Amino acid sequence: MGVITLSVNGAAVAVPSGATLLAACRSAGIALPTLCYLEGLSPVGACRLCLVELEGAGRPLAACVSEAAEGMVLRTDTPQLVNFRRMGVELFFAEGNHVCAICVANGCCELQDVAVAVGMDHSRFPYRYPQRSVDASHPLFSLDPNRCILCTRCVRACDELEGAHVWDVAERGSHCRIVAGLDQPWAEVEACTSCGQCVDACPTGALFRKDDTNVTSHPQRQRAALLQEARQRHSWRNQGPPPP
Amino acid sequence: MASIGTPTQRGCSGAVAGDREAITRLIQLQGDDPAALIEVLHQLQQIEGYLAARSLHQVARQLRLPLSRVYGVASFYHLFRRTPPPVHCCAVCLGTACFVNGALELLAVLELRLAQQARAGGWVLERMGCLGACGSGPVLRLDQGLAIRVRLAPAPKLDAQLEAIGLPPLGRATAR
Amino acid sequence: MSKPAPARLRCCDASACRNAGGLALRQALLAARAAAGLQPTSLAIGAVGCLRLCGRGPLVAADGPGGSRLWGGLSPEQAALLVAAAWVDADPPLALASPQASPPASPPTPVPPASAPLASSSDPLASYRLDLSHPFFSLQQPVVLEHCGLIDPDCLDQALAHGAYSQLRRCVRQLTPEAVRQEVRRSGLRGRGGAGYPTGLKWDTVALQPPGPRLVVANGDEGDPGAFMDRTVLESDPHRLLEGLAIAAWAVGAERGYVYVRAEYPLAIARLRRALDQISQRGGFGVAFTGTPWPLRLELRVGAGAYVCGEETALLQSIEGGRGTPRPRPPYPAQRGLGGAPTLINNVETLAAIPPILRQGGDWYAAIGAGNQASADKPASGATTATLGSRGTKVFSLSGAVVHTGVVEVPLGMPLRTVVETMGGGVVGGAPVKAVQTGGPSGGCIPAALLDTALDYEAMASLGSMLGSGGMVVLGPHTAMPELARYFMGFCVEESCGKCLPCRAGTVQLAALLDRFVAGQAEAADLDRLEALCAMVKATSLCGLGQSAPNPVLATLRHFRPEYLAACREEPRWA
Repeated sequence: MGVITLSVNGAAVAVPSGATLLAACRSAGIALPTLCYLEGLSPVGACRLCLVELEGAGRPLAACVSEAAEGMVLRTDTPQLVNFRRMGVELFFAEGNHVCAICVANGCCELQDVAVAVGMDHSRFPYRYPQRSVDASHPLFSLDPNRCILCTRCVRACDELEGAHVWDVAERGSHCRIVAGLDQPWAEVEACTSCGQCVDACPTGALFRKDDTNVTSHPQRQRAALLQEARQRHSWRNQGPPPP
Repeated sequence: MASIGTPTQRGCSGAVAGDREAITRLIQLQGDDPAALIEVLHQLQQIEGYLAARSLHQVARQLRLPLSRVYGVASFYHLFRRTPPPVHCCAVCLGTACFVNGALELLAVLELRLAQQARAGGWVLERMGCLGACGSGPVLRLDQGLAIRVRLAPAPKLDAQLEAIGLPPLGRATAR
Repeated sequence: MSKPAPARLRCCDASACRNAGGLALRQALLAARAAAGLQPTSLAIGAVGCLRLCGRGPLVAADGPGGSRLWGGLSPEQAALLVAAAWVDADPPLALASPQASPPASPPTPVPPASAPLASSSDPLASYRLDLSHPFFSLQQPVVLEHCGLIDPDCLDQALAHGAYSQLRRCVRQLTPEAVRQEVRRSGLRGRGGAGYPTGLKWDTVALQPPGPRLVVANGDEGDPGAFMDRTVLESDPHRLLEGLAIAAWAVGAERGYVYVRAEYPLAIARLRRALDQISQRGGFGVAFTGTPWPLRLELRVGAGAYVCGEETALLQSIEGGRGTPRPRPPYPAQRGLGGAPTLINNVETLAAIPPILRQGGDWYAAIGAGNQASADKPASGATTATLGSRGTKVFSLSGAVVHTGVVEVPLGMPLRTVVETMGGGVVGGAPVKAVQTGGPSGGCIPAALLDTALDYEAMASLGSMLGSGGMVVLGPHTAMPELARYFMGFCVEESCGKCLPCRAGTVQLAALLDRFVAGQAEAADLDRLEALCAMVKATSLCGLGQSAPNPVLATLRHFRPEYLAACREEPRWA
């Protein structure tokens, strides 16, 4: 496996060949915002927040799904990208019903973090206030689609890590929503193993554990990466703290 | 196959969502191939008029696909119905050529006209993507048939044309 | 095949004429022939593909010793008159409704030719005659559509008699895949689906992938509203597409292929299905057809109503039975497509151009329209040639507020004005053309002042529109541009797959902004918001649908900005 060198915001970076632009940026110490990307799950390039400008390319590239190549010159912080990212976050807020004050994920929400990072103080786009109903049928977990940003991490976690494929995206366009089984109440879908992978992967408070209105104390979003590594390389890093 | 994408004549009352064996056979004919899901759903809709949850469940089981995947596909494509088809359907083509020739105005007229009929049972008004009949717009699809050059005209004339192509007459809100 | 009859009636059996009553007319003609005591050998009556002037259907053409004649808009009651007219010797043709003609008062009744000095008052069908020497017909250069309107689309023997599959046979027996690709490269053919990617280069990319299986796909998911070129090919000459696809398979080393057709084209689907059955009845593409045991297998896949499936990665998802959501490229399908194998995806019209290119040679094709080119660039002969040019012919579907609606195939480089005004006859009622919408929801508008623009990929793109797949909708003075932009944005909202944020949520916000302009309730700041959001959706969307969704807005803003400004209220609410 060779090594590739490229330039990110003027700094030279070396990454193993096959690495993504996202990995390159992160190894250069640049915190690109991401919402649909989660280490341990296959990337889909859907949230369009990790966009970078590649010298010589016509349009920005989603760093999570673009492979690094020798000699690339990348910029992650041009005024245009900063502007696009902020507009993107505003669109996320305007298309759902995101009310941080009453959200279980308040304080450990990736959407909230990204909004702070891009400096969004208000949305220039009118809120759409969609009508969506909560599915609290499962004994352990709930789904509040009002907080869903359609990142599809839950779909991929359930399919790729647990193999149950309880979730999928239904409908299309702005009507898209996450459904369990044949659009059934979650509890009725027999395929669900109640493993909680989807809940751990959710970047917002759309999927949450019941009786746990403050997940801030133990967000588990790194679990996907640990499990994937365990499955593929038989290497276990998820031991937790040592016994007393 | 010729009537793909058009609602079948069977209405809600006539829908037969029970012939499990017919479904089994049609899926077998596709070689139980998960890649044939869309074709299977087409044929299923042909038989039952729409995609009932029970039938989707059978499709998923026989093709060995997750339920949510089957539902995701069934709900992605416009031509798949998940509820029984209406007795009568009037669909307005909203292709560009029809749009330029006044399809939106026609839609508004039909909305008003069919508002009464919808309550009386039977007629449902739908919007439809370009049918490719751009040479003869605006175009309506009435159940199986196509009505062409339904141009906007003063009320009595348009009413007469709409009646002539098979829409229920004004004031008498009954299904055909 | 029966010997050519002394007289023959060709009845258009493509969907536009069918919708206008073509089937009933043909049956009436058969009955009238029997009633007149004529034999099929003396007067042949048969179904053929599209006769082009779709807006005047049902169309019937007569071939006789005196040449060909064409009628439009006949009803079954007039069948006997037509049989009599076809049987007697041809008389001089009459004028097609000329551009100066008054608009049809009630469209279903045909326009009497305004200038018909030759009309013999005794001919009861005179007012239904259409002039085949009118520019609408005479300026056409049929290459893709060369057999369309001449052969029965359901009859393999007729197609074979017109040379179908002879080029495939020649390729398989005599030419190496490299030689075939060389010819396609020389032709300068570019993708006719809209993107205009050089076809030869795409074929090379697939062919030169590491060894392993390859696949070919014909993209017949013609979804642009106002476009019906591919439907014309599929309904009129399905074997032409299959031959083109089979040649492509030979050239890239594929043994499996798919034809993907949108479900909204039931007649095209039925004809393709029959064509594929005819091939398999004769033993497939192997020994019987090509003389070699070539195991090519072609299958039909039918869409289910999703515009986005015209995007190639979404199309692959749909073929594999999934939701038609695009995925990021690279890897391109030419590198990794169906089941991970290199997959060649070409538009129907592109593939239908292949057989004549091989028959006449790539140079012949590249010379078509070359005289129209502004710069005297050489035909693209190598994969790396920088100048792509716009060579050969292109099929356009002409519709909207234009006098003559239908299908035209013309050399690229022809001025837009020639197509819209000379061939199309301008706007109904003699009103001036306001603009021409090209490229559907991904394209833009060419204003009347720029009608002299040449129909070529680069010239159209430089005006913020695109040549696109070939839909050409003529707009009269009554179409308001913000409304048109809102219409297309509504289309994109409906058709967005919902996978990526800018397209899913951005188009909704754009439509809401445009609503304010349509209602005349916009503020000056809305115009800035509109432009900023257009830029964002265009730059950041995942696939072509989202990336081009703002185009109709940007193009109308560019050429018709005053209409947007006029829709702004004078003072902002808070002032």
